Amino acid sequence: MLRYTVQRLLMMIPTLFGVAVLVFVMLRVMPGDIVELRLRAEGAQVTPEILAMERARLGLDKPMLAQFFDWMGGLLTGDFGISMWTGRPVAHEIAIRLELSLELAILATILATLIALPLGTLAALFKDRWPDRVISVFAIAGLAVPSFWFGMIIILVLLWNFNWIPPLTFTPLLEDPVKNLSQLIWPALAVGYRYSAVATRMTRSTILEVLQEDYIRTARAKGVFERLVVARHAMRNAMLPVVTVIGLEFAFLIGGLVVTEQVFNLNGIGKLFVNVLARGDYTMIQALVMLVAAFFIFVNFVVDLLYAVLDPRIRYG
Amino acid sequence: MKLHLVVMAAVATALLAPISAGAQTPKKGGELKFAVGAEPPDYDCHKNTSFAFIHPVRPHYSTLLKFDEAKYPAIIGDLAQSWQVSPDNLTFTFKLKPNVKFHDGSTLTSADVKASYERIVNPPQGVISIRKASYADIGAIETPDPLTVVFKLKKPNAGMLAQFASPWDCIYSAAKLKQDPKFPEKNILGTGPFKFVSHTAGSHWIGERFADYFEPGKPYLDSFRAVFVGGAAMVNALQAGEVLVEFRGQSPANRDKLVAALGDKVSVVETPWICHLIVAATTEKKPFDDPRVRRALSLAIDRWQGSQALSKIALVRDVGGVLRPGYSLAAKESELVNYPGFSKDIKKSREEAKKLLQEAGVPNLKFKFINRNVPMPYTPVGVFLIDQWRQIGVTVEHEQLETKLYQAALSSGNYEAGLDFNCDYMDDPNILLIKYVSADKSSVNYGRYNDRKLDDLYEKQMRATDLTERARLVREFEKHALEQAYTIPTIWWHRIIVYWKQMKGWHLTPSHYVGQDLAEVWLDR
Repeated sequence: MLRYTVQRLLMMIPTLFGVAVLVFVMLRVMPGDIVELRLRAEGAQVTPEILAMERARLGLDKPMLAQFFDWMGGLLTGDFGISMWTGRPVAHEIAIRLELSLELAILATILATLIALPLGTLAALFKDRWPDRVISVFAIAGLAVPSFWFGMIIILVLLWNFNWIPPLTFTPLLEDPVKNLSQLIWPALAVGYRYSAVATRMTRSTILEVLQEDYIRTARAKGVFERLVVARHAMRNAMLPVVTVIGLEFAFLIGGLVVTEQVFNLNGIGKLFVNVLARGDYTMIQALVMLVAAFFIFVNFVVDLLYAVLDPRIRYG
Repeated sequence: MKLHLVVMAAVATALLAPISAGAQTPKKGGELKFAVGAEPPDYDCHKNTSFAFIHPVRPHYSTLLKFDEAKYPAIIGDLAQSWQVSPDNLTFTFKLKPNVKFHDGSTLTSADVKASYERIVNPPQGVISIRKASYADIGAIETPDPLTVVFKLKKPNAGMLAQFASPWDCIYSAAKLKQDPKFPEKNILGTGPFKFVSHTAGSHWIGERFADYFEPGKPYLDSFRAVFVGGAAMVNALQAGEVLVEFRGQSPANRDKLVAALGDKVSVVETPWICHLIVAATTEKKPFDDPRVRRALSLAIDRWQGSQALSKIALVRDVGGVLRPGYSLAAKESELVNYPGFSKDIKKSREEAKKLLQEAGVPNLKFKFINRNVPMPYTPVGVFLIDQWRQIGVTVEHEQLETKLYQAALSSGNYEAGLDFNCDYMDDPNILLIKYVSADKSSVNYGRYNDRKLDDLYEKQMRATDLTERARLVREFEKHALEQAYTIPTIWWHRIIVYWKQMKGWHLTPSHYVGQDLAEVWLDR
């Protein structure tokens, strides 16, 4: 197990390097110039000398290979560089937004899991009967409705009925839990609904599949209570694909909630992503892509480890 | 209809509001929460250009002069107690207010003013002074005593006094600049009504009352909080009262929505805005090198009808030439209608346009028109223009680009025609006409043409200290620019501010860059 863990961790290095090369090259071939945007987009009369000076300050006048090695050198020493737009350290820009994004992802995952597991199981147990049909409608609606649109509906309902909207600025959970949750519960609900719909469908289909297995028939033949058959035998074995889906969705939520964060004015990684992409802030984009890639790889790795916990037949070594 | 009556009632109430507010005694205390649609990238006034910078940062700083918000474009002293301009218009002497303190407790002197302006005029290595070119006439800055600063100009400059009221010319501490010329990029240390408290990147900005502010009794607010929120979320925040105002401007649709939802809880104020959208075409490329083609494009636009229709859906309204309608040096309607493209007989203009295209050999002209993918007001104005050109047989493909790509296309000349804009903090021709000056003298001339007549007239109006003579030169400049139609003005923006009535003491100006130090603002709680 330890060997497997180390191997998987080492495999992250070439993957991340590949991502690094790809994002670095792609950014450089895209048209647009952060210096032009920063200094001229508001109509200022800026001389070519000033533009050249700023490009030199940001290192954009260096050959591409030199820029790449500068960046790689920084990464190896844990230095993500300085944002080309704000001049502040990239790590700081990300850190102040990561707390919100992580908390939102966790909240949405908890909500989705709490909804999906019971509903998916119920739908499987009452296959083709009215509970299954009601749950199917709920899940299909969740898949069909974009999270940001559901978020907008939530905001409008709150605004028009209570003349209230969630707080505009983030308060950390430990500082004021009520204020924190009054801001984040709504986007978590908007995102969690779609997320739960995916997991509900997956739970239903895998439980249905597992319920056809021989060991379930054996358990029933032995006279095990149906509740125990479902809880101990069916659900545990049905969880592998569900955990995979939950893991992938969780990873997606870090940096993937672009529009939802705009709708709720959340100062998270998704909103930051949009802003830095629009500005062409290379150092920020590179760091964010690396962060999201590393997060995806890490979550996949954790999901793999969970397989072994859920299914004792799976052993890594 | 009902909604329009409500809006009109709200606007009418707002027009009376300054009178009743003037009669009220300002109350102290409270925090003003306002929305800002974007965020300042750094903290240096001399390097920045966006309203997103001015709105949170200006309350921390003072300038030598400032625009009288209630009587724009009148100028009053900010740090200056009084000033004198020599008869030859070459020497500007400012007497500073005594006992002005920086937020760190140090006393402001003429050395601070000199150091700040030296930084603008002759920035040290590595420092960016965006508006350096506007101050090129300043030859020397002298400080005969700690409360006197003298600017000596190389040539007379008719717009220079107003330029000393620029909200961008923040006065920094000379001592801090000496230690590090880039100090203002990452630090806020001014003499303005509010001290800097914090900036949470991507979220909000907080300033608190500066007890030693040089205007006794001001500011009235305990603090302000600028929340970075844009789009629909900003309008929702306004409606919910999470913020009391957004100082840049609302679209007519948002105004109507807020008035319908909030009724008499909000006031609406409106004014022509010192911003307009202009059509730029690369004169280096055919057929836009032909003045007949450019003029035809201008002649096709029914600005008068267009302004009526567009003002219902977009934040544009007034028809004007190269200067804002209503400004003392702008063309009056009677003058305007004589310029090509500004006649009220659109049928005749379009016939002439078709004839010109025929003569130029492009009766079925087709081109790609780039636009910024900013919905308000770029998209509706772009669509309007394309429809206008369609009516003279011109086929246009509308390509809306994100700002980075749009700016790259304009700057590189890698486009045929596009919707450019001209927007600044004051109406002065020195500032606004630079867009029309030859490309080898103006980096914001995206038409990429050189016209020495325009350059000559620009220079002459800048040096004309007699107002009548300056007005004549500006008219001549405008006439030539519009006849050549290198850059074609469309319709001027219209600034609409919706604010909760408990906010008092703020005055609407034609620029979203001025009047934002918040020194006079108070909350009627």
